[in-house]
Amino acid sequence: MSDTPSATAEMKLPKDLATEKGMVNVQIDGVWHQFPKGTRMIEACRQAKVIVPHYCYHPKLTSPGNCRMCLVQMGMPPRPAPGQEPTRDENGYEPIGWIPRPVIACANTIGENMGIRTTGDLVEKCREGVMEFLLINHPLDCPICDQAGECRLQEQSVQHGRGVSRFIDMKVKKPKNVDIGPRIRLDDERCIMCSRCIRFMDEVASDPVLGFTQRGTHTTLTVHPGRLLDSNYSLNTADICPVGALTSNDFRFQMRVWFLKETPTIDVNCGTGTNITVWTRGNKIHRITPRQNDEVNSAWMPDSHRLNFHYIDSEARLTEPLSRNVGISPTVHAPATWSASFTEAATRIQFFKPEEIAIIASARMTNEEIFLTRALAAEIGTSQLSLVPRFADADALLIAADRNPNTTGAKLILDTEDPYAKLGSIRDGVRSGQIKALLVFGEDLITDADFTADDLAKLDFFLHSSVLANPSSHAADIVLPTAAFAEKRGSMVNLCGRLQRLNQAAQLPGQARDDWEMLRDLLLAISGGKNEAHHVEDIFKALAETVPSFNGLTLSKIGHQGTQIADTGYQIPLLANERARKAAGLING
Amino acid sequence: MAVVKLHRPKLNFGEKIYFGALIKGFFLTMTHAVKTLRGKSVGAKELASSGLGITMQFPEQRWDEHLPEYYRGAPALVTDEQGRERCVSCQLCEFICPPKAIKITPSEIPSNDRWAKVEKRPLEFDIDMIRCIYCGMCEEVCPEQAIYLRKDYLITGLKRTDMVHDKKKLYEIGGTRVGLVNKWNELK
Repeated sequence: MSDTPSATAEMKLPKDLATEKGMVNVQIDGVWHQFPKGTRMIEACRQAKVIVPHYCYHPKLTSPGNCRMCLVQMGMPPRPAPGQEPTRDENGYEPIGWIPRPVIACANTIGENMGIRTTGDLVEKCREGVMEFLLINHPLDCPICDQAGECRLQEQSVQHGRGVSRFIDMKVKKPKNVDIGPRIRLDDERCIMCSRCIRFMDEVASDPVLGFTQRGTHTTLTVHPGRLLDSNYSLNTADICPVGALTSNDFRFQMRVWFLKETPTIDVNCGTGTNITVWTRGNKIHRITPRQNDEVNSAWMPDSHRLNFHYIDSEARLTEPLSRNVGISPTVHAPATWSASFTEAATRIQFFKPEEIAIIASARMTNEEIFLTRALAAEIGTSQLSLVPRFADADALLIAADRNPNTTGAKLILDTEDPYAKLGSIRDGVRSGQIKALLVFGEDLITDADFTADDLAKLDFFLHSSVLANPSSHAADIVLPTAAFAEKRGSMVNLCGRLQRLNQAAQLPGQARDDWEMLRDLLLAISGGKNEAHHVEDIFKALAETVPSFNGLTLSKIGHQGTQIADTGYQIPLLANERARKAAGLING
Repeated sequence: MAVVKLHRPKLNFGEKIYFGALIKGFFLTMTHAVKTLRGKSVGAKELASSGLGITMQFPEQRWDEHLPEYYRGAPALVTDEQGRERCVSCQLCEFICPPKAIKITPSEIPSNDRWAKVEKRPLEFDIDMIRCIYCGMCEEVCPEQAIYLRKDYLITGLKRTDMVHDKKKLYEIGGTRVGLVNKWNELK
């Protein structure tokens, strides 16, 4: 063996190699890994794909270490005597001296040459013991508990429990079915005192209303006297509750979770574009939960957005095209066919000069739909195209002031800094009689855009597409039923410039159609062209070829976590808080 | 694979005209006919014959007393000794049901109800008896011992909707079952 550089490199010890990168070597279940300094043991195990059962640990919250479920065996190299050189194996690692007592993995950070054992007699005995203690006072509520099916306690009692109870005394009685807030129900008997909800309300929602009272087995989760758990983020506590102690009032007893299908999509209630999972059975949406995306919403979402889906199958839902010209009287809408509606629209639009026609679209539309609307305006030859602004107060966490989900996308596609600019001039045009025909897609002009019923009555032709029947659709000549956000596939760009994808969770009711199909067919009816777009992907392809920011992308390339396509400089306040806490070493995730 | 060539059996003349076999069969039938007329059919007693042969005259005569303990008839819901409906609509039977015959709409028990403590009960509970295959999995899976397969087997109807047993009908068939679950009483 000569003294070649590679031979010297081999002499370097693993601890020195790791230190150079700011990492430490950790042996997990016999395999050596490298992790950044300061990582918690449980996080290291997760990254090494080793499961450590836990209740109280949550990567986005601090670790109080109070459930004791994540006990593992730890070992460090024995301290050498003065003057003694530590022994090393052939790979340069020191032998691990295993500590005979377990440690909790969630609140301890890793160290150089540390060993972690997540299996073995000691660890398994510990888990079984902890499980038995947790189940002593746990009620046998599973048949009526909404958490059943996604309950950590159920899962881990199957894995680590003993199946029967040895406890013969009476269980401790605690308050059940407690009304602690408008959207959350508390069952104290089910609580395992993990304190995740307390920490969430304190650290993320900044509204510390929850806390423990009493001691020992009598520890009870309560809301501060005189206060309610009424924060707009309260439902997140039900999501992170590992058992059924906190459950959602809205979802209470609606459906067992094992029947529900999960569809990853995004929220459309504000410009943040929170990533969500829509839970459906058949065509009915039962609930919406946040989906983790560390670039958008972390793991949380506001209640107001989460519960805004019941309108989808409300009484006012439009399920077939309506027209004034097919029924007995022109004052009443009667059901029409799609093809007849398009023919009627195309015929009547011909009679107007392009400058007499205006289009009002919505920034709640997907990129594909806005792109088609742009094509429609170009086909008609009108420059009167505007979206409807929707602004309200922002909160300091996730809700943006811009309540339209796709303002950024509209800016990019329509190539304008203010896609709302022309709304005022269109309104004036309608009032003065210059604009005689109005095509409105997905917006209620009377409620949201300061139009009055009298303004709309002046129009010679008014086509309206909508999910629900609303005051504007009452004034329309042709009403076209379209898709709600959970019923379509498409893409939107959030305020940060992140392109994200909507996926279809439910089928459309009745004869309602996807917006992009409706726009495509209307465009073809006017132009008389041949249809070349058969999937929404085709529209996206055309969009990606036309608009520079979308170049090279396809709908499937976007992925479930989205793709950054523009830099707008917008900061989501909740993420800034989270990054600060991470930098301070409070959290790991 | 080995090919095995089969040959037709060689029949002699008597077998070829099969007249002998016919006579043999005729005598066998006649033996049974005479036995029947004399009321001496084999197994007539065990099979509760109506007198002639071993045939039971349905529907005038029924199997009912002869049904074994483990007989699986129509599934039905039961109430407990205090009149509480045992079903808490956990929907496990709906989940396990192989032909998807069960449909449950869960609901919350109002706080002024005597059994408000139980919190949950079915608002609607439909079993489509056209779909039901009487497998008994619903009974096996029920954590509340609320659904049982009773001995009713005459499920008839003139319309498809007649064949759907709703909650009222299911409790009517099921009746009351005593004992076992004391999960929801004061002791719990």
